[in-house]
Order: sequence, then C-alpha cells, then structure tokens
Amino acid sequence: MGDDALVLSQRLGEWAGHAPVLEEEVALANIALDLLGQARVLLSLAGDEDELAFLREERAFRNVQLVEQPNGDFACTIARQLYFSTFQELLFRQLAAGDSEFAPLAAKAVKEVTYHRDHAEHWTLRLGDGTEESHRRMQHGIDSLWRFTGELFEPVEGCPVDWAELQRGWLTSITSVLERATLTVPDGPRQDAWTAGGGRQGIHTEPFGRMLAEMQHLHRSHPGATW
Amino acid sequence: MTTTHAAEAPPPDGLQEHFDATIAHDQRIEPRDWMPEGYRKTLIRQIAQHAHSEIIGMQPEGEWITRAPSLRRKAILFAKVQDEAGHGLYLYSAAETLGADRDDLNQRLIEGRQKYSSIFNYPTLSFADVGVIGWFVDGAAICNQVPLCRSSYGPYARAMVRICKEESFHQRQGYELLMTMMRGTGAQREMVQDAVNRWWWPSLMMFGPPDDASPNSAQSMAWKIKRHSNDELRRRFVDMTVPQAEKLGVTLPDPELRWNEETGHHDFGTPDWDELMRVIKGDGPCNEQRIQRRRSAHEEGAWVREAATAHAAKRAARTEKGAAA
Repeated sequence: MGDDALVLSQRLGEWAGHAPVLEEEVALANIALDLLGQARVLLSLAGDEDELAFLREERAFRNVQLVEQPNGDFACTIARQLYFSTFQELLFRQLAAGDSEFAPLAAKAVKEVTYHRDHAEHWTLRLGDGTEESHRRMQHGIDSLWRFTGELFEPVEGCPVDWAELQRGWLTSITSVLERATLTVPDGPRQDAWTAGGGRQGIHTEPFGRMLAEMQHLHRSHPGATW
Repeated sequence: MTTTHAAEAPPPDGLQEHFDATIAHDQRIEPRDWMPEGYRKTLIRQIAQHAHSEIIGMQPEGEWITRAPSLRRKAILFAKVQDEAGHGLYLYSAAETLGADRDDLNQRLIEGRQKYSSIFNYPTLSFADVGVIGWFVDGAAICNQVPLCRSSYGPYARAMVRICKEESFHQRQGYELLMTMMRGTGAQREMVQDAVNRWWWPSLMMFGPPDDASPNSAQSMAWKIKRHSNDELRRRFVDMTVPQAEKLGVTLPDPELRWNEETGHHDFGTPDWDELMRVIKGDGPCNEQRIQRRRSAHEEGAWVREAATAHAAKRAARTEKGAAA
C-alpha cells in the first residue's frame, strides 16, 4: 500500500511544469504530496522510509502495476487517477470503519483521497463530455488502463478488507462516472484482461525499472549520506 | 513610456492631484481608483514579470523532484513547487485587477515579449543547487519583495505579504539542506561549494542593472511602486549573506569581497553586466529550453482547456434548458 502511494506520487512528480493549466500544477502537486505523505507513514511502519524507497530493487516493490504506468497524456493520467483514487477511497473507508491498526491512519487519509477522487471525477466529466478530441482521448485512457484494474482487488495479507465488496463498490462508482461522462465502460470483467497484474508479487511492467533508476540514482550514488 | 504620456489626454480635474496626494501620504491605490496610464502599464509589466518568474522558476527546481535523494526532501520540493504555482496565480490575479488578461500575459511570455527573472536561465546541475536556490535566489527575492509589501498598489502589496511569508520559509529550508550537506560527506561538501560558485554572481544580477543603467527605476520609486534602488538592495543582500556563508563554511567566489569599516557594509566585485544583458535578451544557458518547455506545456494542454470550456458551455446550456422547462 505504501508502495502504491510512493510510486504514483513519483509519476505525478513528472508533471511538474508540464500541466495544461496553472491550477493543475497546484492540484497535481497537491495530490502527489498527499500520496507521498501516506507512503512515508506506511513505509515507516515497515522500516526506514528512505532505505525502503531508495535501496530496494524492482522485484522487491509490491505496488500494483496500475500506479507505475507512464503518465501518457493528461487523459491517461486522469484515468489512472480515477481508477486508483476510487479504489483508495473505498479501501480507506472500510479500514477506517474497522478496528485494525490501520483504522486511525485510514481515517486521516480518507479526507485526502476523497478530494483526489473528486478531482479525477470532475476531469473525467470535462474530458469525456467536452470536445470530440477530449472524448476520444479520455476513452483511450480508460480503455488502455482497464486491464490493470483487476489487480487492485487481489487480497493483501494483513489488510482486513472485504475485497469482493470493494470490487463491487468500485465498479458501481466507476460505471456511474463513465456513464455521466458519456464514456463507455470497457468490456469486462473478462477474466483474462481483468486480472492482469503481478505487482503485489514484485512482477512489474517494463517502464517501472526506468522510473526507479531515476528515483534512486542520487541516493545510491552517495551510500550512507544524509540529506 | 514617454510617448504614451505625450499622447495621454489630461485627466479630469482633481484626479491627478488626488492620485499624487494618495502616493505622498503612503496610502494605497486600489483597482477602481484613477491612476495615470504610465503607472498602470509599469505595474502590469512588473507584476506580470513577477508572475512569469514564479512559473518559469518551477522548472529548475522541478528538475529534481523525481530525483530527490530522500522522501523528506522530495516532499519539501513538491510543496515548494506547488507554492510557486500558487504565487503565480496570486500575481496574475493582481495583474488582472489592472485590466490585464492572464491568457494574454501568458502568450506574451511564450513569445518572449515579456521577461522573467534572469536567474531562472541558469541550469540546476546537482542537488546542492536546490539548496542554493533556496538560500540565494529566495533570499534575493525576499530582499526585493519585503519592501514591495508597502508598494503603493494595494493588490500587489497584499499579494506580496502572503508570498514573502512562504518565500522566507523556503529560504530557511534551502539553507537547512545545505547545512545538512555540509555536515555530510566530502562529496556533499564539494557539491555545495560548486553550487555556490555557480549561483553567486547570477544571484547578484537578480537585482537588475546598476542604478546608473536602470531606466525605469526613478519613476517607479517616485510612484512608490519600488521602494529601494537596485544597488541598495544588492548591497543589503550581500550584507545578509556573507555571515550565513561563514556559518555554513563555504566561500563566496569574489576576491574583492571584504568588510568595509567606514561604510558599515561589505565591498564586493562587479557582476558581469554584459552577461546579464545577454541573458535578459534571451541568450543565457537555458532561455530557449525554459520558454520551449512553457510553450509545449501550453500547446499540448490546449485540447484540455478546450474540453473544459466546451464542457462548461454544455452544462450551462443544460441548466438553462432545465430552468426553462
């Protein structure tokens, strides 16, 4: 979970200075900063945050493949954000309502991810129900990332959540947003496409290694240095 | 500016006197008040360039977000770049109170018709540069901007109050990064000294050309848009920075730098004004890259902005239809 937040935050960092409007520079940096904050809390529960972030190899990262997908255009970024923040909101709501050690942490994060989901939904509506071009791009983003969404609902050990319930809630929410945005829900859940993944077992997609190389390079060049 | 003045019709009775009295009494001019066209134009130019500087200034530091060597530093950088975008937004709003249009200003920026701070045309080549930008560049910005909190134009002065608070926070964080690096390994200390060597003179140039070569200064000071001359602010910056450099344990790359008992200030060498002129005219190390990046973000984002406009229009039409039914 910490890896999910860390990796997505890193991807959003690549947008700095490239956003289509100034307000989105603020919004994307804000979301990335929230995710980075979540990652730091979660990684610190497991050990030293910097050791975990900068000194693990690709195979040791446990994030879902969805969050490591390259940014693509703004529509792809928004599609990834919609899928992931809707998932995170439902996940944290369940955890916040439970009595596990994650409950207080989840309760705090719910406020942040509700904002993230809301931001992604608004953009999905604007792009889906905007111009012909934006509709086409948004549909492309939705379609091309669809096969990475099945992995979100693979049960995570030690995370007391009703995963089937989570998946139902997610599909309902996503379907409703896409319909309002005049977009088509991709085919599914087809077993083969729907369950593409392996990130939780440390199996990642090709762009991930390159992303890590950039993220870890400076830290690894100065072993033992404090920053 | 002088041609504009010549062409300008004399204002109706009493307005000029009222404006002059407001300035003389250190009171604020507000958007609805009458103001001379020259005052309005100078302010638009200055505030827009200030806003552009915030936006272009996101690039050199943004370079290091994805490579920051610890999660804490990554979070600090994210927050800083986010603040800069926010400062750009305040300042564009302040410029809009004078009748400027944000899209038009942005267009002027990417066509090179309006400037931004010369400092952002220098590259960030190591992580120490991030700290040095905080320390020097934000430090210089603070020297420039704190007096602007008393600028005669109300919306600008109020924007500056908010911006200065955040800038001084960034400056402290930058200095703290350098402090941490100086206590670290030999390689880290070398990175800091190298960054100081590369950024010192460009930072002194941020205050603009020397007073005898600064054509707009006198009028801006008379209008109390500006409060101090370029050279005054530059000297203040040097006096402030020298003890900080000593505490940090770095040397500033100026053999002429020394304390002057008589004046109570530091004497220092002369920046390379030819270099400043070249950079301002677009011929610095990163001018082309910075503008190109801004232009491509703008052009690649066009379809997103068009979508937002089209969607808003559809919603408005639906609301109207709903209201009519």
